[in-house]
Amino acid sequence: MSSSLEKASAPAQLRRIVIEPVSRVEGHGKVTILLDDQRRVHQVRLHIVEFRGFERFIQGRPYWEVPVMVQRLCGICPVSHHLAASKALDGVVGARTLTPTAEKVRRLMHYGQILQSHALHFFHLASPDLLFGFDSDPARRNVVGVLAAHPDLARQGILLRKFGQEIICVTAGKRVHGTGSVPGGVNKSVSRAERDELRRPLGDVLGWAEGAVQLVTDLYERDRARWDRFGAARAGFLSLVGQGGALDLYDGVLRARDQDGNILFDGVAPEQYQERIKENVRSWSYMKFPFLAALGPEAGSYKVGPLARLQNCDFIDTPRAEAARQRFVAGGIIHAPLAYHRARLIELLHAAEVIERLLADDDLSGDRLVTSGPRASSGVGILEAPRGTLIHHYDVAANDLVTMCNLIVSTTHNNGAMHEAIREVARQELDGREPTEGLLNHIEVAIRAFDPCLSCATHALGKMALFVEVLDAGGAPVAQLSRSGS
Amino acid sequence: MTDAFSLDGYDVPFTGGQTILQAALAARRYIPHLCYHPAFRPHGSCKVCTVKVNGRTVASCTTPARAGDEVESESPEIRDLRRNLVQFLFVEGNHFCPSCEQSGQCMLQAVAYDLGVTRLHYTQMFPDRPIDASHPEVLLDFNRCILCELCVRASAEVDGKSVFALSGRGIRKHLIVNAESGRLADTNLAVTDAAVSVCPVGVILRKRRGFAAPIGQRRYDPKPIRAMDEPADGEEG
Repeated sequence: MSSSLEKASAPAQLRRIVIEPVSRVEGHGKVTILLDDQRRVHQVRLHIVEFRGFERFIQGRPYWEVPVMVQRLCGICPVSHHLAASKALDGVVGARTLTPTAEKVRRLMHYGQILQSHALHFFHLASPDLLFGFDSDPARRNVVGVLAAHPDLARQGILLRKFGQEIICVTAGKRVHGTGSVPGGVNKSVSRAERDELRRPLGDVLGWAEGAVQLVTDLYERDRARWDRFGAARAGFLSLVGQGGALDLYDGVLRARDQDGNILFDGVAPEQYQERIKENVRSWSYMKFPFLAALGPEAGSYKVGPLARLQNCDFIDTPRAEAARQRFVAGGIIHAPLAYHRARLIELLHAAEVIERLLADDDLSGDRLVTSGPRASSGVGILEAPRGTLIHHYDVAANDLVTMCNLIVSTTHNNGAMHEAIREVARQELDGREPTEGLLNHIEVAIRAFDPCLSCATHALGKMALFVEVLDAGGAPVAQLSRSGS
Repeated sequence: MTDAFSLDGYDVPFTGGQTILQAALAARRYIPHLCYHPAFRPHGSCKVCTVKVNGRTVASCTTPARAGDEVESESPEIRDLRRNLVQFLFVEGNHFCPSCEQSGQCMLQAVAYDLGVTRLHYTQMFPDRPIDASHPEVLLDFNRCILCELCVRASAEVDGKSVFALSGRGIRKHLIVNAESGRLADTNLAVTDAAVSVCPVGVILRKRRGFAAPIGQRRYDPKPIRAMDEPADGEEG
């Protein structure tokens, strides 16, 4: 068996297993596995088979259109792109510090998004595997099965998501693809009546969030050895951290740790991200492979998202989530993909607590919505989207049109770590065994743990490595064309 | 006694010199239209206001009201015809409502909703129409032009400048600006000109204002265009 499982030495002689589409994730992807006659695994790849190209077609558009246009690359986390683009363009319009109203309305929108997305992922996408078993009956292993077997739990998941979407609707104007955030601020505040209405279900929301944390903790305790081992692959961590090292999902500075938890860099301003993160490409995937520059392309892959954030920050500034975080990190550095689920639900609880705090803040109802200052030709916006660190970078010409766009999306950061996780699962669970539907679902379980958003993750037109080979009817090569990635 | 004609079975009164469209709008009987604006002489180019008068199709914005006429506007046949015209407009340009700053304020979009346009039906032509961002205060996004000539008329008749004109014929007809360079910055357009605020779609835009109106407070958010108490763009009822 190949040690890396990235590239088999003689793929033509191997049996090819394809999982397509990968189910219960956002977007379209497939996994290919190459086995020999003894069912030994030689190659495992996650292919992102759709292509979006937003980095290119945002060029030439007026900058104020960008937060609304670029969010269309996703139907699940549009708020994250809407806000990351707005943050980048705050820099362009010289809004160094937003008004308190704008800052808090955006935060409320963002934490509403975190809550709805995390609820969607756990209750609708991941819980069937965790409640019924990875290789349980596929006819039951879905959200309909959860509704039948655990109706109260499924209902809580739906209502948690609904609450997050109500917050997005109030702050952005629509539940999906709103327009609330503009360069330099927001276009509406949250009225007292709207705050009162949103506060009404808060008691239930906090209770359900705590219940979800308890549920996933119980699931973990029941099968600790498996949760700790399944697909575990070591990698570094990257996230924003806020004031004093607090967990902050909306704003902050970049911090990275190596796989042992040692800090590689800290306090890095968003504008300096390119000095710390580099990107690699593979000919067989539209998704880039970022790495931490300090560690190089081979050793520099890293994790982002809930698992990285909870281990990267020093504390959470809301009490219930902080208590849960302390229990979570008590055993040392965690690399197990399934721990993402536990971290994600702690963040869900944190989001509910932040929303409660924000809804009590009168600044939300203020009337100073937008600010500006000296114009700049470039802006970088970074926030922590549900799935991890999201980077938007734009150059804007003096005529107000965008000339350059670079997006490094959460799922892209996790590309290397996701591959290592599914290769580890292949080693642990598949190698030497006849692949059944249940066994192949183990691969998908590892992917799902990262909550990837594959539709968000492919944008760089003209930068990907390319290899074209023309064969004659007998299969002999006639011509070759290749281009290395940049 | 006031003269009247019948519009889909309803009596619509009119005064001398009024067109069918003017009389209908005054009587709060909506007839979809795009190139008509009460401040300017009727133009009759978009044909979206087409009605049948005594069995003959005419543009209601240019046809004088006449006592006793039988006017048909909301029949399936006429609505299908209008829907086709609006679908043509969508495929001839590049109209991407989801990220257009005029979404919710755009008459083309509002009329399309009114006509039940849920798909484009025809093959999109995807014309290549670069943006003119040369002017410091005004942006031109030609992708959305429907050739209504309201900017042409406003610039000439109100602003006295003739900044805009249409050039070319047939499918190659397009909006141009009055400068040797072809750039808006080299015209005498001012951001306060009537021509800047008359565009019913999203071609002529004040820079750095996009998305200032939140969803719910945009022009066509409160009610459909045909139910609006105050017609759009200062139209007089």
